[in-house]
Amino acid sequence: MFLLETVQPMAATGSFLYAWLMIAAPLVVAGILLVGGRVTDAWGHLLATLAIWVSFAVAAVIFAEMWSRPVGERVVESHLYEWFSVGSWSFPVGLYVDPLSILFALLITGVGGLIHIYSIGYMAHDPRRRRFFAFLNLFVAAMLILVLADNYLVLFIGWEGVGLASYLLISFWQERPAAAAAGVKAFVMNRVGDIGMTLAIFSMLAMFGSVRFQTVTEGAAQLQPLWATMIGLFLLLGACGKSAQVPLQAWLLDAMEGPTPVSALIHAATMVTAGVYLVVRSHAIFEASPVAQLAVVIVGTVTLLAGAWIGCSKDDIKKVLAGSTMSQIGYMMLAAGIGPAGYAFAIFHLLTHGAFKANMFLGAGSVMHGMNDDVNMRHFGNLSKYMKVTFATFGIGYLAIIGFPFLSGYFSKDHIIEAAFHANAVAGVCALLGAGITAFYMTRLMLMTFFGEERWLAGVHPHESPKVMTIPLIILAVLSIVLGALMNSWIQGWLEPAVGNHPHEVSLIPTPIGWATLIVVALGVLVGWMVFGRRPVPAVAPSSSNPLTVTGRHDLFGDAINDVVAVAPTMGAARGLAHFDKHGLDGAVDATAFAFGGLSKQMRKLQNGYARSYALTMVLGFVGVAVLLILTHLA
Amino acid sequence: MNPENYLILAAILFAIAAVGVLVRRNALIAFMCVELMLNSCNLVLAAFAQMRGNLDGQVAAFFVMVVAAAEVVVGLAIVMMIYRTRRSTSVDDANLLKL
Repeated sequence: MFLLETVQPMAATGSFLYAWLMIAAPLVVAGILLVGGRVTDAWGHLLATLAIWVSFAVAAVIFAEMWSRPVGERVVESHLYEWFSVGSWSFPVGLYVDPLSILFALLITGVGGLIHIYSIGYMAHDPRRRRFFAFLNLFVAAMLILVLADNYLVLFIGWEGVGLASYLLISFWQERPAAAAAGVKAFVMNRVGDIGMTLAIFSMLAMFGSVRFQTVTEGAAQLQPLWATMIGLFLLLGACGKSAQVPLQAWLLDAMEGPTPVSALIHAATMVTAGVYLVVRSHAIFEASPVAQLAVVIVGTVTLLAGAWIGCSKDDIKKVLAGSTMSQIGYMMLAAGIGPAGYAFAIFHLLTHGAFKANMFLGAGSVMHGMNDDVNMRHFGNLSKYMKVTFATFGIGYLAIIGFPFLSGYFSKDHIIEAAFHANAVAGVCALLGAGITAFYMTRLMLMTFFGEERWLAGVHPHESPKVMTIPLIILAVLSIVLGALMNSWIQGWLEPAVGNHPHEVSLIPTPIGWATLIVVALGVLVGWMVFGRRPVPAVAPSSSNPLTVTGRHDLFGDAINDVVAVAPTMGAARGLAHFDKHGLDGAVDATAFAFGGLSKQMRKLQNGYARSYALTMVLGFVGVAVLLILTHLA
Repeated sequence: MNPENYLILAAILFAIAAVGVLVRRNALIAFMCVELMLNSCNLVLAAFAQMRGNLDGQVAAFFVMVVAAAEVVVGLAIVMMIYRTRRSTSVDDANLLKL
């Protein structure tokens, strides 16, 4: 383990002073659309789209200024205001603009802006379109708070904000019970991760007395190993919840109930990568604890295989892509867990994945648009003839994700596999295997959707989507091609001020491991073609007793495991408490009341209504008092 | 004459009156017994005034008389009303004040 050279942040000058504008623009517009009501129905979606592009423009200007600065001056921390202080702890709100967070800001606002434009077409006929755009803007604002915060507490506000936006958007079609349930599921499972986040924040306060990134990064090396491990594992738990990593992965597949642009923006390109951001941002903690690092590697490796497994067995086009998202984020986690060598590659893959996966999700949305919102790939087929633009852009996304040479996924994924082999042979083999499976299931998706015979349901007339939807697809397709080559030799140097300098050989010519990856990918494509390309695909999923298939179709029994581990014990405890309440507490209360009732029944017999008996009582009382007085007087 | 005899007489009168209240059903008789109790108390007060050689007890006796007079007015009015509605002056018949 070696220490990172951290760059001291500078005060904000120039365009950095306006960094808050990135967050404010979408936030204000979200407020206007939500408060304004129907008045804003006619132009709300345009205003929302404009707000995102304003944020993008600010991010681009800041990026340009950062580019022109010397390396040592690229980390900027601007103090906005003092939030509150308790005892010796104070909690300022500030923005931390460094090469890492500005890349995120560009990804969020850039992809977010394209998805907004796409949504204008996709949601054109939805009666609640204004609210949809308001929620999307709320999401972008919260996500920007998350990546631009200068301490963990403000980051946590953004963290919860994206969780809220995710919940609102997953269950956007609230009239569907499945969508409402999926939203609740995502929300509850994210709460489990949030326990980790809050515990990490508490531990940092106890250890460092501050939750500033800078303080934590500088203090991590002196941390006791036990506490470093604890904080690292807490952060990992939070990251697992947000990024749908095993064991908190079950919500992501259900989250596909939301509108497709939401799946593209939140559940593929940006929000689910927040966990990777968190791990990379907290790299100092993880470097102080090899145990926590190993845990990250294990989680990443397991998830990349689990996601790929699910991707292989689903017929729902969005769920295949969701499984693939899990798997790709697993790659990023793996890279982030490897240590200094992997950070830049994790972010690299995150950016390229953001482009090509958003591209494919939007492409899937375009297919659904033409197929009456059907998502079952067994009802598709031969769409390449009818949706040429969607097919071409989806095809580019496909080539990018499987790592076709010189497309973006080729660079970013190969580096991760290579770095994994250097760090841990088992993780490396798993990553290599995952690349092959990725190629297999993506080939399956392509063949079932765009090739083969037409298996459409009656009354479906596939047609190309309007230009407002295809132009974002084309832009994202171009990004899927060039992003990898553009950033390949640049990103390590660029991220140096944020994550430290760890040169790792990157070349355009494949290394031996690179060749191995290419061969495995080619095998994956070949197997996919042999299984799904040579003979007709049945229109109903054939029943299978193959345990691999059955497990995959049931999301690796994630829900069943959750039921056994969490739901059943909780229900049991609740039932037990209810029983105790009914028979224990209520019984005691009822018995007391019954006892007093019985006593009163006896007591009221004294009230017989006969004046003479009352008089007798008085006389007896008087005599009693008199006797007492006389006796005390005598004594 | 020994003033303690007055006290003994008062106690006897009080006891007779108390027994009368307890055993007689006629409301008027009961009333008279109550008056007798009050007057036995008056006798005690007067006796104490005599024994202590001041007028405090006698003043108190006057108060008792005034209160008794007022009480009789109210009490007889009630007895009258009960008699009008129930054609009875028995205290045992006026037993509605119970659960």
